[in-house]
Amino acid sequence: MADSEVLHAVHRLEFPYSRSTGPIIGAFLTGLRDGMFYGATGSDGSVIVPPTEYDPITSDDVGELVEVGPGGVVTSWSWVSHPLRKHPLQTPFAWALITLDGADTAMLHVVDAPGPEALATGTRVTARFRPAAERIGSMADVEAFVVEGGAS
Amino acid sequence: MADETTDLGPVTTLATPIRLDFDFTPGVAQSKFLRGLEQGKFMGQRCPTCDKVYVPSRGSCPTDGVPTTEDVLLGNSGTVTTYCVVNVPFAGQSIEIPYICAQVLLDGANLSFMGLIQEIPTDQIRMGMRVEAVWVDESDLTPSLASVRYFRPNGEPDADYETYKEYL
Repeated sequence: MADSEVLHAVHRLEFPYSRSTGPIIGAFLTGLRDGMFYGATGSDGSVIVPPTEYDPITSDDVGELVEVGPGGVVTSWSWVSHPLRKHPLQTPFAWALITLDGADTAMLHVVDAPGPEALATGTRVTARFRPAAERIGSMADVEAFVVEGGAS
Repeated sequence: MADETTDLGPVTTLATPIRLDFDFTPGVAQSKFLRGLEQGKFMGQRCPTCDKVYVPSRGSCPTDGVPTTEDVLLGNSGTVTTYCVVNVPFAGQSIEIPYICAQVLLDGANLSFMGLIQEIPTDQIRMGMRVEAVWVDESDLTPSLASVRYFRPNGEPDADYETYKEYL
């Protein structure tokens, strides 16, 4: 049998999950849709971003939500030279842990930077939100973080 | 910095679809089986060592570990070796419940495969029942098991248990 006679097909396996957010994550996502970040106040006074539903130390409900960011500091990062189709950006970018101003925990997101030389631990970045009409209440409402004062 | 979009109400759900895209090639042996379906027939392959006929063939005999090179045209009829009546609805279900899912041993084959049984009340299905494949219209045949609409009783007397007991 010639190679051309061997069949070939694209198979797609998809699970269209829809999750309930609950009051805390829901408030965080509502904030993203409104173009801002919220963190939850923990029992020790720390601000947790993204907010957890329960205090990580006492397991009690977390305290009030406070606005944080939109600027922050890169605490750790990894450069992606060859983005894959499912990555949030199709140009080279960094996955980064970012501690937003006013927060005590770091959040994973992407940094759109011209190259790895533009990033270092401690680099200040700020969120680039999508236009309001495109935001739906999702982490992807933040298109990327960009280096403060940088070219991109 | 915040935009005034709060009239939408709070976010209460989050869509988190998971998707896996496979680039699938069935290989030489299964391609022959699928090409057969496109022509409205079941093609199997025989092991040169143990003489068993597999459908669909994976290209080698799992018992003897040798390539199965002889193509075998199988019958359009077969025997129900075992079955299950599905009464439970589930998401994405495309067949009206209750329905019968059976293992069908095609005539000339030594391996059964799963088929939908229709045109019979679910309480009349039984082991040994003789069934035949009902295909889609010729113009709708594709290299896929979707070419087989279902199996239905072919009117022959039930097969003797001895003829299929090895295939349960």
